[in-house]
Amino acid sequence: MSLLTLSGITKRFGGVVANQSISFGVAHGELVGIIGPNGAGKSTLFDVITGVTRADAGEVRLEERPLTGLRPDQVSRLGVGRTFQKLRPFQGMTVLENVTVGALQKCRDVNQARTEARVALEQVGLADKADAYARTLSTGQRKRLELARALATRPRLLLLDEVTGGVDQGSIPGLIRLVQDLHRAGMALVVIEHNMRVIMAIAQRIVALHLGAVIADGPPETVTRDRRVVEAYLGQAYT
Amino acid sequence: MAGPMAKRVAGGLVLLALLAFPLLVTLPHRRHVMIMIFLYAMLATAWNILAGYCGQISLGHAIFFGLGAYTSTTLLKHAAISPWIGMLAGAAVAVVVSQAIGFPVFRLRGHYFAIATIALGEIIQTLFINWDWIGGARGVFVPIRRPDSFVYFQFNESKQNYYYIALAMLALALGVTRLLERSRAGFYFRAIREDQDAAASLGINVARFKQIAMGISAGLTALGGTFYAQYILFIDAESVLSLSLSILICLVAVLGGVGTLWGPLLGAAVLVPLSEGTRILLGGGGKALDLLIYGGLIVLISVVQPGGLMALLRRAMGRAHQLGLGAPSRPRLGHDRP
Repeated sequence: MSLLTLSGITKRFGGVVANQSISFGVAHGELVGIIGPNGAGKSTLFDVITGVTRADAGEVRLEERPLTGLRPDQVSRLGVGRTFQKLRPFQGMTVLENVTVGALQKCRDVNQARTEARVALEQVGLADKADAYARTLSTGQRKRLELARALATRPRLLLLDEVTGGVDQGSIPGLIRLVQDLHRAGMALVVIEHNMRVIMAIAQRIVALHLGAVIADGPPETVTRDRRVVEAYLGQAYT
Repeated sequence: MAGPMAKRVAGGLVLLALLAFPLLVTLPHRRHVMIMIFLYAMLATAWNILAGYCGQISLGHAIFFGLGAYTSTTLLKHAAISPWIGMLAGAAVAVVVSQAIGFPVFRLRGHYFAIATIALGEIIQTLFINWDWIGGARGVFVPIRRPDSFVYFQFNESKQNYYYIALAMLALALGVTRLLERSRAGFYFRAIREDQDAAASLGINVARFKQIAMGISAGLTALGGTFYAQYILFIDAESVLSLSLSILICLVAVLGGVGTLWGPLLGAAVLVPLSEGTRILLGGGGKALDLLIYGGLIVLISVVQPGGLMALLRRAMGRAHQLGLGAPSRPRLGHDRP
């Protein structure tokens, strides 16, 4: 059985259809990449899954459990972690405090949560910045911080919105390795990514969206050669 | 390392000085100024839990102050119930009302929340002005007791007891804040202040924790209301439920430093003597002049140092530290808003 099942998700904003009857599943431990041009409905889909916006039609299930109608915090407590495309660190708190907030979900004791937060920071390679204020970090470091914060909630499924967007070239390999490590450790991930080199390196499967609808779903080699994906997004076959 | 040790010794000395103050200073006016510093510091500290830590700027805190004052005074007047019990009853009423207010109002964010609290404050003040059973527009005199009575929370012989009670209430508010800072709720409050959507994505029930912050803040504020009623011995809607009181509480905290433990006390220690001083110097018509001076000071602080006096103090202490003169100042919870 799939860990995450989307069936017929439709979301409109006024006359604009952001998601049009999107259906696909994510298996336990699977890493699914989502690609598509700007406005294809990728971030909206994350918002629907995590309860930030409610779909007009369709259903989201985490294993047996319907997520439809739940609040974002409830979805998070059921084991779905996420990062945001537009980064939202807690600016006036230190890096360690940011991640501690995440760790406090599963672990009520502050000291213990702090210890867990340090582990998560170690994992993303940000341990040396623990006492720095979040607002002093670079974009790449903020991405890592958001990842650590989400990881600290010990999710079963992690939704990453643009892992490498706005990050300097030098930090990209490290972020790829990080995502791969999480995947290898058994976590299921759904990753929105524009950088095709990154998505080809990490995804087992790619779902391509265009104008709110799924236009291709399958192994990376197949999806990147799909005629419609090439026309809508890639411009030329990605090999 | 002299840092934490020196801080503790300095703190101990200050506390000792505060405890000894009424034994050494018997002039009623000086004692009164100190009592007012403690009261406003306590109110601003309570406000700071909701506004400074949790980021929900309330301009209606006079509601809770007034509920504390009116509950204990009404119970005393109509049922001869000790104001100490009235104080707890007032806090309970304030907590219940705060939860009822919070439920609809916390759906609003930022400025809209602040505006809604102003409107609610005005509504409640109008209600009380027109409610004859509790004194209406005439207000209520607290029945005078002779001799002084601890049970009836009245000490007309000297201000010493009021001084210690006010100090204890301030200590309580600071202690609660300190506990919160180190607790899960404290982390959640600050996360909500920084970004409530990100906080929700980490599993924080934002509405619930805002309500918790509101309840704690309201309950503590109500204690101050009862104290005020027993100290001044007269309350009316203008003195305990006015918008200007709500704003003053906010000003004290903002001047001192929002979201810091000691900021509100620092703000009160500067603002209360300033207000008393200008009132004495500038005479009866001085009310507007004090406010001009407050206003000028707030503008000055927010332009020069938006983090309030706490940030200024930290900077000064940091410099002293560089010169080897004092304890290091590590910003801990201070959220110096940009």
